[in-house]
Amino acid sequence: MAKQKRNVVEEESVVVKFVGDSGDGMQLIGDMFSEVAALSGNDLATFPDFPAEIRAPQNTIAGVSGFQMHMGSSKIYTTGDLVDVLVAMNPASLKSNLKWAKKGATILTDTDAFDDKAIEKAGYKQDPLKDHSLDSFNLIKAPMTTLTKESLKDMGIDNKIAERSKNMFALGILYYIFNRDLKSSFGYFEKRFKKKPELIGINKVVLQAGYNYADTIEAIESVIHVSPAKMKKGRYRNITGNTGTAWGLLAASEKSGRPLFLGSYPITPATEILMELSKHKSLGAKVFQAEDEIAGICSAIGASYTGSLACTSTSGPGLSLKSEAIGLAVMTELPLVIVDVQRGGPSTGLPTKSEQSDLYQALFGRNGECPVIVIAASTSENCFYYAYEAAKLSMEHMTPCILLTDGYLGFGSALFKIPKMADMPAINPPIAEANDPDFKPYRRDPKTLVRKWAIPGTEGLRHRIGGLEKEDISGTISTDPLNHQKMVDYRNAKVEKVADFIPKQEIDGNPSGELLIVSWGGTYGAVHSAVKEIQQEGKKVSHAHFHYIMPLPKNTGDIFSGFKRILVCELNSGQFVNYLRMKHPKHDYYQFNKVQGLPFMINELTEKFNQLLEEK
Amino acid sequence: MDDFINMTVERSSVQLTKTDFESDQMVKWCPGCGAHAILTAVERVFPKIGYRKENFCMVSGIGCSSRFPYYVNTYGIHGIHGRAAAIGTGVKIANPKLSTWIATGDGDSLAIGGNHFIHIIRRNVDVNILLFNNQIYGLTKGQYSPTTPMGKVTKTSPQGTIEHPFNIGELVMGAQGTFFARVPDNNINLMTECMFEAAKHDGTSIIEIMQNCIIFADKAHADVTGKEVKDENMLVLKNGEPMLFGKEMKKGLRLNGTRLEVVEIGKKGATIENILVHDQYDQDPGIHNMLAKLAPPHFPMVFGVIRSAMFPTYDDLVQEQIKYAKDNSKIKCVDDLLNSGDTWEIR
Repeated sequence: MAKQKRNVVEEESVVVKFVGDSGDGMQLIGDMFSEVAALSGNDLATFPDFPAEIRAPQNTIAGVSGFQMHMGSSKIYTTGDLVDVLVAMNPASLKSNLKWAKKGATILTDTDAFDDKAIEKAGYKQDPLKDHSLDSFNLIKAPMTTLTKESLKDMGIDNKIAERSKNMFALGILYYIFNRDLKSSFGYFEKRFKKKPELIGINKVVLQAGYNYADTIEAIESVIHVSPAKMKKGRYRNITGNTGTAWGLLAASEKSGRPLFLGSYPITPATEILMELSKHKSLGAKVFQAEDEIAGICSAIGASYTGSLACTSTSGPGLSLKSEAIGLAVMTELPLVIVDVQRGGPSTGLPTKSEQSDLYQALFGRNGECPVIVIAASTSENCFYYAYEAAKLSMEHMTPCILLTDGYLGFGSALFKIPKMADMPAINPPIAEANDPDFKPYRRDPKTLVRKWAIPGTEGLRHRIGGLEKEDISGTISTDPLNHQKMVDYRNAKVEKVADFIPKQEIDGNPSGELLIVSWGGTYGAVHSAVKEIQQEGKKVSHAHFHYIMPLPKNTGDIFSGFKRILVCELNSGQFVNYLRMKHPKHDYYQFNKVQGLPFMINELTEKFNQLLEEK
Repeated sequence: MDDFINMTVERSSVQLTKTDFESDQMVKWCPGCGAHAILTAVERVFPKIGYRKENFCMVSGIGCSSRFPYYVNTYGIHGIHGRAAAIGTGVKIANPKLSTWIATGDGDSLAIGGNHFIHIIRRNVDVNILLFNNQIYGLTKGQYSPTTPMGKVTKTSPQGTIEHPFNIGELVMGAQGTFFARVPDNNINLMTECMFEAAKHDGTSIIEIMQNCIIFADKAHADVTGKEVKDENMLVLKNGEPMLFGKEMKKGLRLNGTRLEVVEIGKKGATIENILVHDQYDQDPGIHNMLAKLAPPHFPMVFGVIRSAMFPTYDDLVQEQIKYAKDNSKIKCVDDLLNSGDTWEIR
């Protein structure tokens, strides 16, 4: 077999998606391919796209599992709208993902999986590999299952194991297409299969076989080269948003000296935070898997009373269940971090899909006048910093803080420049000193309106708190009308005063102009990319992306005053824009909303921007 | 018996008295309410237990019972309806050095908080739960609760309830409870003794206090604990002693096959040797469960510590796992964690 001489095509960024049956090992090869890209110096972002069911019936659309990755030689902000290279291991995965393939994309398929039964199950009337429907794509048809078995023939491997290794064959082909070094994955095998050493050899052989195969076939016209990205110097790692959130909480615990307590109940897509923290008992983290969402938050309130950095992690339906207890934390003025990894709602909604539709719930979803701090992370890598910030604000201001992330940030991964703990900002909780003669449970710091945290066990500070309205200063139960008014006002003002301690809102682009694009939370990547694109066309568009929602940064109104039109883009029916209309009513707001469980596409954003710019 | 007290909690260097735990708040329970006696018993037993006064933490949910934290001078948190067990779990896990007490009622713990109640017991978190069982919702003015006897007329059951009530002891044992005691609110000495036993016990201790609500369910327990009937209808257990009752202490419980029966010593061949001897520490809950279920008219109701079996506590296991992880993990601080696994340098 003759080796082919190939052209090398230089690409600034490439989107690759691996799709197959949920048992086909797509997450694994996606992970490996991402690691090799990272080691080659590319910036990247990834997102696993798996079904809500653990193992849906084989070869059905419902059972398709995917992994998308976007790598590039410059900063990568999203996991990519459309796909340059699609690896489709069976007809169902091809059928459900072809709509995401770019015109002329490379599609790699396992022809062995395209038998009549599987084709029919996927809903095709005829074999899509033979009916010319894919003629506009660069289709690579490889009999992967057969070739995998062939490659393992001499090793006496049984067919079942051989069949399961076909994902490595596909990965070998991709390594060839992207000119990656095979050996860089050998170490991965050795680590991953430490307990099953026989798999190390098998995977190496199959990966090599896929690579060699690609080297001999004509269907591959050129290989793709993605240069290393120019990134800030330093040490890097890959991190998912949920892991980042968990680590941010650990970091805040270490910095503040307050032991970490997490009380949570499993819920998609937030469970990884609970699982991740339960691995870190060596850092003293106490992780309590509660009997329900309510016990999760209530145990955290108990832990907070005793002086822990107390947290609970959940998603929308769980946040609903926690509402009453959040009120208790507001009333008792205890620190508490509530992480809401948002998903599609209402009710059970779309558990594995992403939305920003819990904002109203975070801001307003409680009985009584019940303000809390609300902040939002915007990328998988900054979940770490916003979890840290949520813990810092909550402890220093003795008030619950809701951190909003979402399924895309939580499951998605990105490169993370590793910080040094010494460089993280200090956290100074207002802890009451033993035998302080002036201590009263509800005496406040006049500057921040924050009460002291008096930790049980401390001499001379015995006191009682609870959900009944408390008398100012003394903290005894009070139903006095004027006292209630005063305490309601204090609790509101205390949260508003947080604005004195958060950064000013930044603006990307000119501080004034025709159009300001406003976004918040997990849409940063897409909106930023769309704004950049349109700015490069010379259009006067600026972008303000919000991380601090309650309270808003102090300069929010000033920024808005510099623009004729403000377009608020969000993945809900307009929750942030209505909040802005309430807080800063004199501006002219437009809105762009999408509630499909999907992220924004860059082109739908630029289209909307252009439409507004042309409307004049 | 002081020797048996858990040493995790720091002890007071001076002898404390009842006044150390008296709060300056006005006690707002109805005059004649059984809760007053419970408060007295707690104020008596806390100094006797001997921990530093700062190391007691009182947790509650909602209801008449749950005002309790305001009336004792300890650290305290008054929670929300049904959640005292969950809050108390967090208190104890986060700080095992606190002697944690939960004041709750039959509505709070068995209806809205039923889930947390069975799970704290199943986990055996080392807290002491004072369950005020007055068989009624008092603070909302007289609706039936999960322990209201079937057929009872209340504000929400004008024709009588059509629900089977819980037997608290049976529920506790079903949830793998390690400690269960039952006391009447008119016997402060027995209450104090059982509270002390609960403090000694490592694990979740449930004390069912048959409390009288003078307004909405007056004399609900009178058929058992009333002056005229109590000798015949109450059997107070003592560990290691035969289970005797009756005015003359001549009646006792005997095992007949797989069932308990009441016998009179000297009649039908029954002797003191036939009478069951109470072993509160028996790990097997079989007899304990049978005892908890007994009730008039055919049996006396059983009081005192019915079960106090030794099993590992949740909070101890948490501490053990943390210690093991600290001793064996390479990750000693967050910098270690951040740099663990696959990382690379960009120059």
